[in-house]
Amino acid sequence: MTTHEEHAHPQLGFVRKYIFSTDHKIIGVQYIITAMSMAVVGGILSMLMRLQLGWPSAPSPTLEGIFPTGFAGGIMAPEFYLSLVTMHGTIMVFFLFTAVLTGGFGNFLIPLQIGARDMAFPFLNALSYWTFLLSCITILGALFVEGGAPLGGWTAYAPLSALPEMGPGQGDGMTLWIVAIALFTASGLMGGLNYVTTLLTMRTKGMSMMRLPLTQWALFITAILGTLAFPVLLAAGILLTFDRIGGTSFFVPAGLYTASGVAVEHSGGHPLLWQHLFWFFGHPEVYIVLLPAMGIASDILSTFARKPIFSYRMMVYSMSAIAFLSFIVWGHHMFLSGMNPILGSLFTVTTLLIAIPSAVKTFNWIGTLWGARIQFTVPMLFAVGFVSTFISGGLSGVFLGTSASDIALHDTYFVVGHFHLVMAVAPLFAAFAGIYFWFPKMFGRMMNMTVGKVHFWISFIGVNCVFFPMHAMGVVGHLRRIYDPTQYLFLEPVYGMNQFISIAAFILGGAQILFIGNFFASIWLGPKAGKNPWNATTLEWTVPSPPGHGNFGPELPVVERWAFDYGLPGAKEDFVMQTEAPSRVESGSG
Amino acid sequence: MANGVGTGKVTVPGVVLGGLLAIFVVISTWLFITDRYWFTELSSEHGASLDGVFIAVLIVTGIAFVATQGLLAYFVTRYGANGDEKASYWHDNPKAEMILIGGTALTLTILVFYGQLVWYDIYFTDPPEDSMVVEVTGQQFQWVFRYPGIDGEFGERNISLVSPTNFIGLDRNGAGADDIVALGQMHAVLNQPVTVLLRSTDVIHNFHVPHLRVKQDAVPGLTIENHFVATIAGEYEIACAELCGANHYRMKAALTIDETEAEFDQWMEEQLPFQ
Repeated sequence: MTTHEEHAHPQLGFVRKYIFSTDHKIIGVQYIITAMSMAVVGGILSMLMRLQLGWPSAPSPTLEGIFPTGFAGGIMAPEFYLSLVTMHGTIMVFFLFTAVLTGGFGNFLIPLQIGARDMAFPFLNALSYWTFLLSCITILGALFVEGGAPLGGWTAYAPLSALPEMGPGQGDGMTLWIVAIALFTASGLMGGLNYVTTLLTMRTKGMSMMRLPLTQWALFITAILGTLAFPVLLAAGILLTFDRIGGTSFFVPAGLYTASGVAVEHSGGHPLLWQHLFWFFGHPEVYIVLLPAMGIASDILSTFARKPIFSYRMMVYSMSAIAFLSFIVWGHHMFLSGMNPILGSLFTVTTLLIAIPSAVKTFNWIGTLWGARIQFTVPMLFAVGFVSTFISGGLSGVFLGTSASDIALHDTYFVVGHFHLVMAVAPLFAAFAGIYFWFPKMFGRMMNMTVGKVHFWISFIGVNCVFFPMHAMGVVGHLRRIYDPTQYLFLEPVYGMNQFISIAAFILGGAQILFIGNFFASIWLGPKAGKNPWNATTLEWTVPSPPGHGNFGPELPVVERWAFDYGLPGAKEDFVMQTEAPSRVESGSG
Repeated sequence: MANGVGTGKVTVPGVVLGGLLAIFVVISTWLFITDRYWFTELSSEHGASLDGVFIAVLIVTGIAFVATQGLLAYFVTRYGANGDEKASYWHDNPKAEMILIGGTALTLTILVFYGQLVWYDIYFTDPPEDSMVVEVTGQQFQWVFRYPGIDGEFGERNISLVSPTNFIGLDRNGAGADDIVALGQMHAVLNQPVTVLLRSTDVIHNFHVPHLRVKQDAVPGLTIENHFVATIAGEYEIACAELCGANHYRMKAALTIDETEAEFDQWMEEQLPFQ
C-alpha cells in the first residue's frame, strides 16, 4: 500500500475496529488498558505484602476466606508471601511498565508524532498485542496452579528456579512463569522490530532525526535495547526449561541434595550462568522502562514550562550513552555472588559511568524549568514528580553501584527503596503524565483535572512516605524478601517504620482508584477536547481528537522545525507548531 | 509579552509543590543523619573502612540531592505562568554543560578510586596464616558450621552419607574423625582472624552477619572464602540474605565471639559428645 491510498480506509465493523484491530491507536489503547488491569493485580499483591510486613502473621479470617491455602489457619503462609513477592515484581516490571510505556505509548504515539499513517507492520503489531495478552493470562494462571505461584522472586535465580523439588510454586507455577516470560519476550521483539522500522523508514517529509520529539528518540533507543536484550532472556528461559524437564544441567552443579537428603540428579552446571544471562537482559530492561519515561517527561516538561527543552542534543546523546552503557553494567547486581572481585571493580567503573549521562539529563530537566512560565497542569505535576523521584532513586543507586558500599546494602530495603523510586515510581509518574496528557487524543475527551490533582498530591506524598524511608531501613539492615522481619532482633529499630510504610502504602494504593475511576468515566463523560487542548507543538495535535483511521488527511503533514518552539521570540503565540514554516521575524530555532 | 521583560509569578500550586519538595529534602536528610536509623554497631576490623565508603558516598550524593531537589523546588515556586508572558527562550549552554559533566565525572572518579581501594583491601588481602578456618554450609533452612579439629584438616564429604543427623555427609573415617560440626551455632575468638569457607548443598544462600559487615553468597558448586576479625565480644545474629525458599526468613544462626581462647575451647569440647 502506498501512503496516498491509505487514508481511504473502508468502514470497519465494531470487532475489526476496536478488538481485532490493526490500527496502531487502538492497539496502543489496548496495551494501556491491559497493562492497567495487570497493575491492579500487581498492586493488590503489594498491599497484601505490606499487610504482612506491618503486622507479621496477624490473624485474618476474612483473607482466609479468599485465599484458603495462602492464609491456611487465618495466617499468611511464608510461601504465599514469597509468591506475592515474585508475582508483584514480575507483573509490574514486565506486564505494567514495559507494556504500558513501549506497547502503549509506543504504539499510540510513534505514527502520530512522526507523521505516518500507521506502523510499518500493522498485522505484526496486532499479533504483538495478542501475544502479550496471552502472556498476561499465562502469568496470572501461575496463581491458580497446584503449589501456587513461584517463590524465587522476579529474578528467578537458579538452582532454586531449576529444581521443582526446592519449594512449593517451583513446579507448575514456575513453568507457567517461564512460558509467560517467553511469550512476553516474543511480543516485545515483534513490537521492537516494528518500532525501529517505522521510525527509520516512515518519518514524514521534513521530520529529520534531530527534529523528533524526545519521546520518539526514547522509543527508538528503547526498541533497539529491547531487540538486543529480550532474546537473551528468552534463551535463558529455554535453557532453564531444558534443566527443569530435559535433564540438562546448564545451571545446576553436581552434589546437591534436598532438605530430606535426596540427591539431585544433575552435574556440571553453574548457578552464576543464570545470573549473568538474566542481568545481561535485566539491566537493559531497567532502561527499557526508564528511557520512554524520560522521553515522555522531557516533552511534557517543555510543553508546560512553555520553554524549549534544555540542550536537546545532549538529551539525545545521553539517552544513547545510557543505552550503550546499560549492556556493560549488569555485574553490579552480582558483587557478592562469588564472581571474581576484579569484575566487581570493572562493573563499579561502568556503573558510575552511567551516572554521568543520567546526571546530564537531570541538569537538563532542571535547566528547562529555569526561567520558565510553568502551567501546573496535572501532566506537568506528574512530570515534575518524575524528576524528583528519579533524582532520589538515581542518587541512592550510587551507593549500590559502588561495590564496597554495596556489601552492607545488598539485598536490603535500601535496594528495594532505590529501584522502586527509580524504575517504578518515576516511570509510573511519567506514564500518569502521559495518560493525562494524551488522553484527549486517545478518546476525544479530557480527564477530570480536579480529581487528577487530588490523585497527584496523594500519590506524590505517598510514594515519598513509602519508598524513601526504605533506604533508612536498608541501612539498619532490613533484608528484602523476608516474610517476617520480627525474627531478627537487629531490626527492632525499624519495626515501627514498617507499619508507617504499610499505612502510607494503603493510602497510596487507595488513591489509585481515583485514577482508574477518572480514566474510565472520562472516556464517556469527560468534556470534549479540541485538536490541541494543551497548545503543544507536535504533529499529533494537528489532527482531530481522536484522529481517524490513517491519522492524517489526504496529505501527510510536512515538518518545518523542531518540536520545542515554546516561547519563541517574535512568534504570535507562545508555541509554534512543527508544521509551521519559519518566518523572517524569528530569531532562531533548533 | 516581549521576551525577557516579565519575570514569571509565584503561584499557589508552585508554592505547594516547592514547599513539599523542601519538606521532603529536610526529612530525608534527617533520616540519613540521625543515628536512630544507622548501621548496627560495628564489631569487625574491616567494617570501619566499609562504613567510611558509605559516608563518603553519602556526603557526595547528599550534596547533589539537596542541590538538585532544592533547585527543582525553587524553580517550580519561582517560575509560574504569568498571564501571556513568554518564558525565556534559551535552550543550550555548552559551557555550563561541560562544567557540570566534568564536575560529575571528577567526583565519581574520586569515589570509584576510594571505593575500590577498600574493595581491594577486603578481597585481595590474604588472611593471616594462623587464622582459624570454619566451613559454613548453607542448606534449606539452616547453617552448618564445621571446624577441622585437632589435625587441622577437614574430612571428606560424601553425599551418600547424608542423613538426618549428618547434614553435610561427613565421612568420619580419616581426617573427618575429629571434625567438629555445629548446627546453627558458630563461635570465634575476639581479635583473632577467622576464615570462612562458604558452601551450599542446594540453592544459593547468603552468609550475612550485619554487625561484622560480612555478607557473601554461598553458591552450590563453589567454595567461597571470606575473612574477618571480630573486635567486640558477644552474641551476634547470622541471617540468610539471599532468597532460598519458603522458610528463608527463619534461616538464622548465632555467632558468639568469645572473649578468650579458653572460652572457645570449652565450647569446642562441649560439642564433642554430640558427634
